[in-house]
Amino acid sequence: MTNITFKLAWRNLWRRKRRTWLTVGAMVFSNIILVFLISMQLGMYAMMIENTLRAQTGHLQIQAPGYKDDLKMRQVVPEISALVAGIRQELDSDEVAARASAFALVSSAERSYGLMISGVEPEYEARVSSLPGLITEGRFLGDSMAEEIVVGSVLARNLRAGVGDELTIIGSGRDGSFAAAVVTVVGTFESGAPDMDRSFAEVPLGFFQDTFYMDGAGHSVVIMSPTLIGVGALKTRVEGLLPADEDLVVHDWDALLPGLKQSIQADFVSAWFMYGILIVLVAFSVLNTQLMSVLERTKEFGITLSLGVTPGRLGRLVLLESSLMGAIGLILGMIFGGALVFWLGQIGFTYPGLEEMAGKFNLPGRIYPQFSAVGLLTGPVILLLASMAASIYPALRIHWLEPVAAMRAAE
Amino acid sequence: MNQFKIVLRLAWRNLWRNHRRTLIMIAAIVIGAWSMIFMTALMRGMVDDMIADGISVLPGHVQIHHPDYRDDPTIANVIAPPTGELLEALDGPGVVAWATRVRVPAVISSERDTRGVTLIGIEPERERDISFVAGDIAEGDFLSSRDDRGLIVGRKLVEKLETGLGKRVVIMSQDQDNEIADRGFRIVGIFESKLAQYEEGFVFAGEGTIQELLGVGDAISEVAILGSDYRDIEDLYRSIEAAAGDGVEVLPWNEIDTYLGSMLAMMDGFVIVFIVVVFLALSFGLVNTLVMAVFERVREIGLMLALGMTPRSILSQIVTESVLLLTIGLAIGNLAAIATIEPIKGGIDVSIVGEGMEMMGASSVLYPALYLKDIVMANVIVIVLGFFASLSPAWRASKYDPIRAITKV
Repeated sequence: MTNITFKLAWRNLWRRKRRTWLTVGAMVFSNIILVFLISMQLGMYAMMIENTLRAQTGHLQIQAPGYKDDLKMRQVVPEISALVAGIRQELDSDEVAARASAFALVSSAERSYGLMISGVEPEYEARVSSLPGLITEGRFLGDSMAEEIVVGSVLARNLRAGVGDELTIIGSGRDGSFAAAVVTVVGTFESGAPDMDRSFAEVPLGFFQDTFYMDGAGHSVVIMSPTLIGVGALKTRVEGLLPADEDLVVHDWDALLPGLKQSIQADFVSAWFMYGILIVLVAFSVLNTQLMSVLERTKEFGITLSLGVTPGRLGRLVLLESSLMGAIGLILGMIFGGALVFWLGQIGFTYPGLEEMAGKFNLPGRIYPQFSAVGLLTGPVILLLASMAASIYPALRIHWLEPVAAMRAAE
Repeated sequence: MNQFKIVLRLAWRNLWRNHRRTLIMIAAIVIGAWSMIFMTALMRGMVDDMIADGISVLPGHVQIHHPDYRDDPTIANVIAPPTGELLEALDGPGVVAWATRVRVPAVISSERDTRGVTLIGIEPERERDISFVAGDIAEGDFLSSRDDRGLIVGRKLVEKLETGLGKRVVIMSQDQDNEIADRGFRIVGIFESKLAQYEEGFVFAGEGTIQELLGVGDAISEVAILGSDYRDIEDLYRSIEAAAGDGVEVLPWNEIDTYLGSMLAMMDGFVIVFIVVVFLALSFGLVNTLVMAVFERVREIGLMLALGMTPRSILSQIVTESVLLLTIGLAIGNLAAIATIEPIKGGIDVSIVGEGMEMMGASSVLYPALYLKDIVMANVIVIVLGFFASLSPAWRASKYDPIRAITKV
């Protein structure tokens, strides 16, 4: 029985080839656009999150309450080395590193700039941050007590200092007292993000703690999760590992960088507005096609009804026709869209002006769309469902047909 | 003329023979047209807002710097204040306002905390006309003269430094001999900005006071010039560049802030792409409707041809039907778009994603901006492309062989 319905639906589709192809064409066109844009968004978001979090923030940070908003010297994580060692052991992961930071005036022989200096653990920083890998000249920090500094390439140029030059650091310590030190530039990094290259410097943590009178304390413990999805579970686990007598909190990346998730959301919503319009337009196209095809078959339906075929079955026939069209549109759209995405995933995609905009979100000037099931399926499946929904009205009309009157209807 | 009247009447009647189909098609066109205009207005509004904010902080439509200043924004790269020909050009037509500034990186310390900032020495009387500070003072007063010894600080920075109005802070920077120059300032005013990063990053003092602190005489870092419209700065830029002479760099805003510049440049392209994509999705339905309309009238068209109607009139009749459909759809779509934009002209609150918008450089209230040129562009694109899309079914109809068409069952 089902087989006959299927065969009928298939034949009915090709009675009017041009009309069917035009409707399928609308679906294929919209599906290609949906597949391309959604894959591109996914690729962009993944890169945005990865690049931004890898640069500095990490997936999780342990901090004193309030530190993330105020960044005050005295909001510390006490005995940070012991805490970090304990967490590393418990999580059995190397992707945990301690940091401390302070504002300081950094001066070379010629220039001075006020900026944020971070104290990092040289041996572990590379596990949580991409920065040590971005050293373009010299090397990254070595010993934890060494009087060394790595600075951004733009900062080095502005300071007129290079590898081997000495810089003086002047700031205030944890207790508010005067803190000063002389350090040697051992490396410069180029992250591509202008803000970072202009105003960021790292020194070894042990040296930082001595210089700024930290008394063994730091400001944050950065933890990377193996996967983005596992961040929530990891957070709960880390919270359980915190010493009970200390007042400490764990922030996930969303809390640390609310702008990141929100700019993704803003982009997501505005993009779906456009997708919605495309889908609705295609649905109208399907509605029109199916309504016409039902109306022109009034006589035929009248005959089949009087022969004893139930209106429900005819309704299902119409729905099946739309689904078949939708399926062809879905398959063709996914093949063409997938091929486009796959190709662009290899060579990357760019347009004039993208580079300036992308820099703002730690993105390179080329975007590589993500070739994934989600990207390929989401748009076309929604479109298929919308097409089926659009043919409900034409299918229902069959129920209102009066067999005798229908048979007499003019061709 | 008379013939056109007949064609128009025929086309109109044909449209309403199958009113259901026509109405569905019109509904699709209405949604398409509405989305084109509505979405464009939202995007335009966002970009306009970003640019207006960006320029008010940058600020100025055209700036004059030392050629090395942008790469190395320190007190070493200063220029002499405008004189002679340049001064004439600045006071001439086309310039709405201008001001000089000393702009250097500095460190600000309260008794509780220390931060890195950009210190800007301003001429208060002139700055009032171009930058955002004068109007946005939330507490205290604006600077009274270029030798005022007070300091204006952003709200966020005040909170971070745990200081307040009337309190003293220390500013440290570098003078021209590479020595650290520092000085105590009293906070006389606190400003608020839509973008938190400006509140944290900029402090303002009297230009004369800063020049004295840094020992640079009357040298300045930049001249900011405001024209009448940021979109039309070419003439202003050229006249200033000609008058400024050699040894300085004159730049329009879109080259100073390449992010904003490329945003604006991309917008026009993006609007067209959006409109065309929506139209293409629409065009399949449009062509389909016309094909069906032609197909069910094959016999009728054959009869009209047999009776002596020229193929050209058949063609123009089908095309007229299509254009009529589009015109009705567009008219309703335009009205609907205007009707939805009008009540939200005062701004839509998108503060749920406020910090994300800020990351893009936009504020958390979106003001849709409806431009006549966008409306015209959307309508023209739809009508012109729609005309071409309907040519193919119309062409087929006009090529029917009358005898075969009449006898077709």
